[in-house]
Amino acid sequence: MVQMIYLDNAETTPVDPEVAKIVLEYMVEKFGLPGGEFGHSLQEEATEAVEKAREVIAAKIGAKPSEIVFTSGATESNNLAIKGVAYHPLYRKRRVVTSAIEHKSVLDTVLNLRRLGYRVEVIPVDSEGFVKMDRLEASLEGATLVSIQHANQEIGTLQDIKVIGELCRERGVLFHTDAAQSFAKEQVDVEAMNIDLLSMTSHLIRGPKGVGALYVREGIELQPLIEGDGRERGLRAGGQNVPAIVGFAEAVKRASPEDAVRIRRLRDRLIDKLLQIEDSKLNGPMGEKRVCHIVNVTFRYVEGEALLLQAEMQGLVCNTGSACYSQRLEPSHVITAIGGTHEDAHGSMRLSLSRMTTQEEVDAAAEILANVVAKLRSFSPLAKRRM
Amino acid sequence: MSRPDASLERRIGYSKKVIEHFMNPRNVGRLEDADVTAKVGSVACGDLIKLYLKVDEKTERIEKITFESYGCAANIATSSMLTELAKGKTLEEARKIAFKDIADELGGLPRIKMHCAVLSKTGLDAAISKYYAMKGKAKIDDTLVKLLLRGVLDPITGVDIISSKTTDSISVQDHEVAIGLRVDEKSPIAKELENDIREAFEGLPVTLKIVFKGNSGDSNK
Repeated sequence: MVQMIYLDNAETTPVDPEVAKIVLEYMVEKFGLPGGEFGHSLQEEATEAVEKAREVIAAKIGAKPSEIVFTSGATESNNLAIKGVAYHPLYRKRRVVTSAIEHKSVLDTVLNLRRLGYRVEVIPVDSEGFVKMDRLEASLEGATLVSIQHANQEIGTLQDIKVIGELCRERGVLFHTDAAQSFAKEQVDVEAMNIDLLSMTSHLIRGPKGVGALYVREGIELQPLIEGDGRERGLRAGGQNVPAIVGFAEAVKRASPEDAVRIRRLRDRLIDKLLQIEDSKLNGPMGEKRVCHIVNVTFRYVEGEALLLQAEMQGLVCNTGSACYSQRLEPSHVITAIGGTHEDAHGSMRLSLSRMTTQEEVDAAAEILANVVAKLRSFSPLAKRRM
Repeated sequence: MSRPDASLERRIGYSKKVIEHFMNPRNVGRLEDADVTAKVGSVACGDLIKLYLKVDEKTERIEKITFESYGCAANIATSSMLTELAKGKTLEEARKIAFKDIADELGGLPRIKMHCAVLSKTGLDAAISKYYAMKGKAKIDDTLVKLLLRGVLDPITGVDIISSKTTDSISVQDHEVAIGLRVDEKSPIAKELENDIREAFEGLPVTLKIVFKGNSGDSNK
């Protein structure tokens, strides 16, 4: 076994061992599925567990338990929110608005609505990743739905979703936000922020994979994507993944606001250290408008896939927006949307923290990156000559 | 946190040998007394190498060969392997190295990374042809110009500017080479392309004239 510094927590996180214990319990002992109103004891046990979990998730975002629908994760939640509105005969306006830096599960879903005759507006962002508010405001007239994320998955920009929610509410436009990266890390309140639909996921907060939730404001009708047994208020048929749902709720309970403060402090320490490396630049904003756990820095003259592998050999696991690392050989759409060149995307490294991350790990990670950047620059034809 | 040994033996796609050459690349850096250099690839594509060759004039044997790289693990490993294969060979022998040889010697490459082996082979060909032209042993003609332009990539598509038909016309008269490009002069890629082309011809006794023949089709890219 070797030591590993894991700083790819925006990709996924390890399940908390305490959470895993409970998941196991609901797999091998309390293995029932929620039944109808009158079930046998195993069914009742499962119903109770799922409803308790629903209360935990609802409380975290200031919602009612009846407004929470369990799904298989944020991708399904995003699909259900967007298609659920777009496919429903109730909504007659045919226009959907989103931003250029959304997760692909939002962006691709929205863009593909064009095949159904929808008009789609993709709002650009500024150099720090903030949605251009004047463009957004101008696009709202006649729109059915706005889908704009809370925290960006690559550069950590936190959108001002309270203001966006207000604008939408004033004009009677539904507002969906993908909160996969911010849920249980940053403050989210669906009432105060005027949110109608909100996507959440478990595996980014040390819960199990394959489970998430969608908040659906009371009174909003959606067209279900999966139909059958009428579970989850008819919005998501199929037997619930009870162990994962219980684990998800346990993970939410274990995430505290104090963690976020500590993670944010480590995040800024890491940013400081990485920016001390020559010819580097931060992608996304500094301070409170950046989600607590995501750092993204571009190192010029070097390519991300090479950096990533070199770093891993020294025990650091992180991520890159380089085209060479993607199966499609396309550079990060987020870096290009904030005005970055292809070169900026190639050299961009994302390091993402969790509540397990220590100061020693942050310091060691910065040192490893400084070393591998220097090593690759020593034979890069682009690097400045220092002789 | 700990995990099983990180030797990357199970690394998806890359062979052990690729990883080994990537971690310890052979023959890296600038060669100050190089007789010829060749730069191929593009920054925008994240795939760029520069080769430096020292050639014995009498025997035409490659005495030294080094490379610099801006690129992924496969780019570094293929360049490293290329220099190992070419070192000590005569120019004629070195010319026979195929991109498949480089990939085979590395124990294979993932399909989407095969272009890295092609790029390093293109670099070697360009260097050899440039050397002959500089020594007056080969004519500076259409064929040579095309070969050098195959080392220049369109920053948007990543395809070389001959195959992508970005190059519209080539004319060679004595030592004057004129290249017409289907790119608007004001396009953001124009400057980068011009620099890349000029670098590709570096060291050759030619005057280079680059003409931008923009058509409206390019402007919305």
